[in-house]
Amino acid sequence: MAKLALSDEILMQIEKPARYIGNELNSIVKDKNTIDIRVAMVFPDVYDIGMSHLGIQILYDMFNRREDTWCERVYSPWPDLHAIMKEKKIPLFGLESQEPIKNFDFIAMTLQYEMCYTNVLQILDLAQTPLLASERGEDDPIVIGGGPCTYNPEPIADFFDFFYIGEGETQYDALFDMYKQMKNDGASRKEILHAIAKIEGMYVPSLYEVSYKEDGTIAAFTPKYEDIPKTIKKQIVMDLTTSVYPEKPIVPFIKVTQDRVVLEIQRGCIRGCRFCQAGMIYRPNREKDVERLKDLAYKMLKSTGHEEISLSSLSSSDYSQLEELVTFLIDEFHGKGVNISLPSLRIDAFSLDVMGKVQDIKKSSLTFAPEAGSQRLRDVINKGLTKEVILNGAGQAFEGGWNKVKLYFMLGLPTETEEDMKAIPELANDIAALYYETVPKEQRNGKCQITISTSFFVPKPFTPFQWAGMQTPDEYLRRAKIVNDTVKAQLNHKSIRYNWHEADVTVLEGVLARGDRRLSKAILYVYEHGGFFDAWSEFFDYSKWIEAFEACGIDTDFYTMRNRPDDEIFPWDFIDAGVTKEFMLREWHNAQNEKVTPNCRMRCSGCGAKQFNGGVCFEGQN
Amino acid sequence: MKVRIKFRKYGVMKFIGHLDMMRYFQKAMRRADIDICYSEGFSPHQIMSFAAPLGVGITSDGEYLDIEVHSSKSSKESMAALNQTMVPGVEISGYVRLPDSAKTAMSIVAAADYVLSYKEGYPVMHTRTEWEALLQEVFFEQPSFVIMKKTKKSEKEIDLKPLIYDLKVQGTEEQPEFYIKLSTGSTDNIKPELLLSSIYAAAGLEYDANAIQIHRNDVYAEEDGTFISLLDMGEEILNS
Repeated sequence: MAKLALSDEILMQIEKPARYIGNELNSIVKDKNTIDIRVAMVFPDVYDIGMSHLGIQILYDMFNRREDTWCERVYSPWPDLHAIMKEKKIPLFGLESQEPIKNFDFIAMTLQYEMCYTNVLQILDLAQTPLLASERGEDDPIVIGGGPCTYNPEPIADFFDFFYIGEGETQYDALFDMYKQMKNDGASRKEILHAIAKIEGMYVPSLYEVSYKEDGTIAAFTPKYEDIPKTIKKQIVMDLTTSVYPEKPIVPFIKVTQDRVVLEIQRGCIRGCRFCQAGMIYRPNREKDVERLKDLAYKMLKSTGHEEISLSSLSSSDYSQLEELVTFLIDEFHGKGVNISLPSLRIDAFSLDVMGKVQDIKKSSLTFAPEAGSQRLRDVINKGLTKEVILNGAGQAFEGGWNKVKLYFMLGLPTETEEDMKAIPELANDIAALYYETVPKEQRNGKCQITISTSFFVPKPFTPFQWAGMQTPDEYLRRAKIVNDTVKAQLNHKSIRYNWHEADVTVLEGVLARGDRRLSKAILYVYEHGGFFDAWSEFFDYSKWIEAFEACGIDTDFYTMRNRPDDEIFPWDFIDAGVTKEFMLREWHNAQNEKVTPNCRMRCSGCGAKQFNGGVCFEGQN
Repeated sequence: MKVRIKFRKYGVMKFIGHLDMMRYFQKAMRRADIDICYSEGFSPHQIMSFAAPLGVGITSDGEYLDIEVHSSKSSKESMAALNQTMVPGVEISGYVRLPDSAKTAMSIVAAADYVLSYKEGYPVMHTRTEWEALLQEVFFEQPSFVIMKKTKKSEKEIDLKPLIYDLKVQGTEEQPEFYIKLSTGSTDNIKPELLLSSIYAAAGLEYDANAIQIHRNDVYAEEDGTFISLLDMGEEILNS
């Protein structure tokens, strides 16, 4: 057991000390004297959230398979501990060794959502590492960013030495080998970063220059040196079946959000919803073979002792061997004290049958994500879910004994009209009416309960909606009010509940998602004025952000309110995500024409992902 | 079949709270292939109960949980299987079969004994000899030792003397420590720091909870007027 970085006195006065002591089952402790490369793998949010993240577990496992590398975990200290660490100048430490990460070779952070950007700075600050990459010296760790937010890394470009664009499985080994060699040869930080920039998928922001037009849009984005690539190609692992996967995941002591075995069944999605970034950047869809998944299920349940197993992917119903896998899990593990937690599946006879086996029907609910209330708007966003399909699924479920339905929508989608907004409660009302028609009074288990949740749409890079403008916070709230008022006017309003998301956060997410390098100073300003944990509503302070944008002379409307012209150069255009800008533009126009594009299995739409030579693009073509 | 498991909890594991220890053991039972019984229903849970929850920050050589199993390997094999899958800081030290009529550990706990010592870097206040004299004066020579015990709802006066079964100073002259055996369980649950802090108060000393490491030695039930260790109420399983 390592000597803890925090004293008993500190640990006894903070919330959940187990967040900071390491020692969890399957965590990896090595003899540091045999190690060449030390990596801090950071999720810039609290332990309870970060420990649930699958990507980190995969990379932790992969890095620690190397004998010369020791990868440790770091999560954001909660504000109670943050204050103590600042006051007593305690440097941020890795959970496994309990040693300061400022002495490590790399600090690698996964960036899962924009609202964690101030927490990135908290990590660097507590680590006692300069916040700006330009101020780091030979003895400072190299700070890496990865994860979905790096598909537009520009707003946080000043804080990172480099970004790894794409899936981590492919390039880290080569990168570490090269680093070790160069380090042994006495290469400088600058030389190492220059060499890293030449590895496919690695983006070193300091080696690129951006110039702007008078209207504030980008004129040119160019490498500073001739040997530095102009575009950065997304990295992707083509054979998911044989690729590395943690067979012995870490088992936390405290309850975390994913307190279970997680089986990743596929990556990517065949659907092509026009608002969805994950659906584009993880293309092409690639499946993990069902036999490998069965083997993993055994091994992971055995090595962790978890009482629950769940499946992870986008649109799980599209996994071609789902029925075989779910049937196997139920037959093999259900009734042996292991719960099978199903992802939200398309509601049909099969899913209702398995749900009935593994859930308490009286307590569980059906989930539909129509995303838009009207068929017109669903065509705009290319969500191929029709009212008939929803009502048919709900009807079958009601007959099967369910009476709770959750419906997820977005407000503020491009082209949205008042009719589209009103269609949301109308759909909920129709579902409620169907319940009362379908289920005779004597068989009802009380009223049916329909919960509508709406979030406000944020256009993301690498989606067909990357050109779309947003609305003001007041306008978002006005739209939520229309929905709310319409809910109250419905015949079955007593069976319908409505929740909506906060509007201020939405606008800020919009700024950070599609912003450029000039935003870094505003993020720095917010952190330096005490703002962090913005993903937590109890800590989020919108006024700090407004103050920061004013102080830095940033007009946020430039990033959010404009419908961007077709030919605008975006801050993220230098990334080649496989899916081409031409395809996305075509889809943006299709959206305006309310024209649906079929999914990848129905017909190839030529998005560009075929260049990766595998996955769904080549299905049935051996 | 009822089984009682004894374990040690030490090192950094003292920061893991009672509920998290329960979750830890539920998973450990599966990893070690203990043939534990589950309740009925949609979310079956293991038949498992703990003796006397240990507070965060306290280490122990005598923690207990009772489980029900369909079948069991020998005590030796079961302990080995469990210890194979423990984290540093938790060690299984006993695994015995209880009579079918046995009550749960939780319901029969009557006493526990503790060693309270000074953590590194904190002043010990007095030498061992001085402490012995102090205890005589403020505790043993008094007819009663009345303190105010705070409960969730109210405060009440309580005489600790009949609830303290043993109290002595041990350790070296320079590094003294306190041995305390006292009433524990559902009726008169007295925490050792309550006694020590009350003694400090009676001696006019300022009590600093951060200075003291509390360690539990063992937990006892009462049988015919004597205390017996919870482990001694079961029998070793010899054959699978």
